[in-house]
Amino acid sequence: MKKKKVLSVLLAAAMVAGLAAGCGSSSGSDASGSGEAKGEVYYLNFKPEADEYWKELAETYTKETGVKVTVLTAASGEYEKTLKSEMAKTDAPTLFQVNGPVGLASWKDYCYDLSGSDIAGELTDDSFALMDGDKMAGIAYVIENYGIIYNKALLEEAGYTADDITDFDSFKEVVEDITARKDELGFSAFTSAGMDGSSDWRFKTHLANIPIYYEYKDEGINNTDAIKGTYLDNYRQIWDLYINNATCEPTEISTKTADDATAEFVTEEAVFYQNGTWEYNNIADLGDENLGILPIYIGVEGEEDQGVCTGTENYWCVNAKASEDDIQATLDFMNWCVTSDEGVEAMCKDMGFVIPFKANLESENTLVNEANKYLEEGKTPVTWVFSTMPSEEWKNGVGSALTAYAADQADENWEKVVSAFVDGWASEAAAAK
Amino acid sequence: MEKAIRRYMPIFVLPTFCAFILGFIVPFIMGIWLSFCEFTTVTDAKFVGISNYVEAFKDTIFRHSFWYTALFAVVSLVVINVIAFALALALTQKMRGTNIFRTIFFMPNLIGGIVLGYIWQLIFNGILAKYSTALGLNEWYGFWGLVILVSWQQIGYMMIIYIAGLQSIPGDVMEAAQIDGASGIQRLFRVTIPMMMPSITICMFLSITNGFKLFDQNLSLTAGEPSKMSEMMALNIFNTFYGRTGWEGVGQAKAVIFFVIVVAIGMIQLRATRSKEVQQ
Repeated sequence: MKKKKVLSVLLAAAMVAGLAAGCGSSSGSDASGSGEAKGEVYYLNFKPEADEYWKELAETYTKETGVKVTVLTAASGEYEKTLKSEMAKTDAPTLFQVNGPVGLASWKDYCYDLSGSDIAGELTDDSFALMDGDKMAGIAYVIENYGIIYNKALLEEAGYTADDITDFDSFKEVVEDITARKDELGFSAFTSAGMDGSSDWRFKTHLANIPIYYEYKDEGINNTDAIKGTYLDNYRQIWDLYINNATCEPTEISTKTADDATAEFVTEEAVFYQNGTWEYNNIADLGDENLGILPIYIGVEGEEDQGVCTGTENYWCVNAKASEDDIQATLDFMNWCVTSDEGVEAMCKDMGFVIPFKANLESENTLVNEANKYLEEGKTPVTWVFSTMPSEEWKNGVGSALTAYAADQADENWEKVVSAFVDGWASEAAAAK
Repeated sequence: MEKAIRRYMPIFVLPTFCAFILGFIVPFIMGIWLSFCEFTTVTDAKFVGISNYVEAFKDTIFRHSFWYTALFAVVSLVVINVIAFALALALTQKMRGTNIFRTIFFMPNLIGGIVLGYIWQLIFNGILAKYSTALGLNEWYGFWGLVILVSWQQIGYMMIIYIAGLQSIPGDVMEAAQIDGASGIQRLFRVTIPMMMPSITICMFLSITNGFKLFDQNLSLTAGEPSKMSEMMALNIFNTFYGRTGWEGVGQAKAVIFFVIVVAIGMIQLRATRSKEVQQ
């Protein structure tokens, strides 16, 4: 009897001990074996479309150097949420991303000063670094373009070429003509302008960039706490064109997703599709010879000389609160990515990036090359100013108003878009702490 | 034997107690502390006093979401419990196939909220498209959509609790009522329902707190469209936390307010229905 009791106490104690060990330490996973590799890299990746390539690249790096590289990718639109929770962990990401000045504002305390690092020396231009005062807080690692991607074959079938489109009016003519002959041609002008949460960034963020860009240009500024909305009528024009000439009714767009739009474009249901060079891998099935990209014209004077929208919202930042070994390992990894053959090949070929570093290779991404033609012709690219939008709340407010307006295109509903845009900007800029 | 159990109680309780502290008490206290702080990550906070609460009470959308949620909780409470009770009554009658029906009604409860939200979104939008409108265009479409979804999901669960309650009513009580000449309606209201009060307390408590806490279904079905008008409290807190730089603390303050409201309402409801419970 007594023995039994002792046994049961021992068993219970063992259970508790097991539990305590379980909660206690989970960080006992030091890369044992490889003696020299001290730090580890943990990269929280922003781009779901590049996820598998990053994982492959991380494996290659580990094989070559013995340094462990973990890559985690946040779901589309979930990056800030994922970052916030990952950063609170003991094993926080050592390499993460911010989207520009607004993103930097919340993470600046976590950004390691990159000035003087090896990778900073590889940049082709200092404007690709994100500065926080004198501190180099982030480094852009990809330059992207967006505009209106079009299907050359379908456009020809409709009787036009890209040369016919030089400004908003000529674009409108082509689009409305295609819509008028929609049944006969068997395709629509635009893919569905999906305002579902997975796709509304194309319009509430990327399309809204253009009126903001022109306003900044007029005012000679690059950031503001109070937007005036000078070009919002132009925003309305282009939005009207998108929603009224699409594959679906304007009332249905709140239910359409990014995947729907991509699928419609790939299955040749529509000629035009607003998106960027990052979508190349998803639409490459149409064949390189069929893909082109147009600037987004919104009816501003002198827009014949406007190019596509070129910029970045992908800045690499190194976590300043990580251990020194990890920071060093991360810096080495970043530098390896943009200088070694494997790294550059993966970034430029597999991921299809244009990287702002000396080792950049000529792109195999047709959309990039098409976009570069505008530069060669001497057109002015539209810079990405949407990273100055005051908050996610602002974008969501504009997005909801756009959806409501699409369903009932009355002037008073457009007023609500204007209010979300202008008043929303002021209140969100004031609310940002 | 009982003595032995009592003696070793601390040891047996310890694992669960540890888990409870780590999984509940610690996050809860941290949550309250964080509601008075400004922070980006939860492990790195700066005390700022009650300013987060001031911001939270100034937020008109938050107030709207409170009334919207309260209305939803009441409507879903009534719909779920009336239908679940009726189904439980029907499925305790002597007829063939009651077990199959019980299983079928219970099954929706096994599907996750996010999945249900997306599936029902397709269904509702498919129907609304015929009238060239959509779920995200009117807050009341979203409201009734959520009521239908949640009813479909939870009726089966509540039904099982009611069936258990019905089966525990002693047969002799019913028989006595019948011999005394009580009609079917009288037996339902004078005998069955009073005897069922413990089950009713549980079901009402579950459905009203579920109604307040609803999150997954709201996120996937409407995501707050149009313009946050169908945003319920839990989703509002979530969006406050992640929507703006520097507003994490306000989201946390809202979460504490939300907790107090749900506890208060849950307690009032428990007390109100408990007082009607009878001894068998």
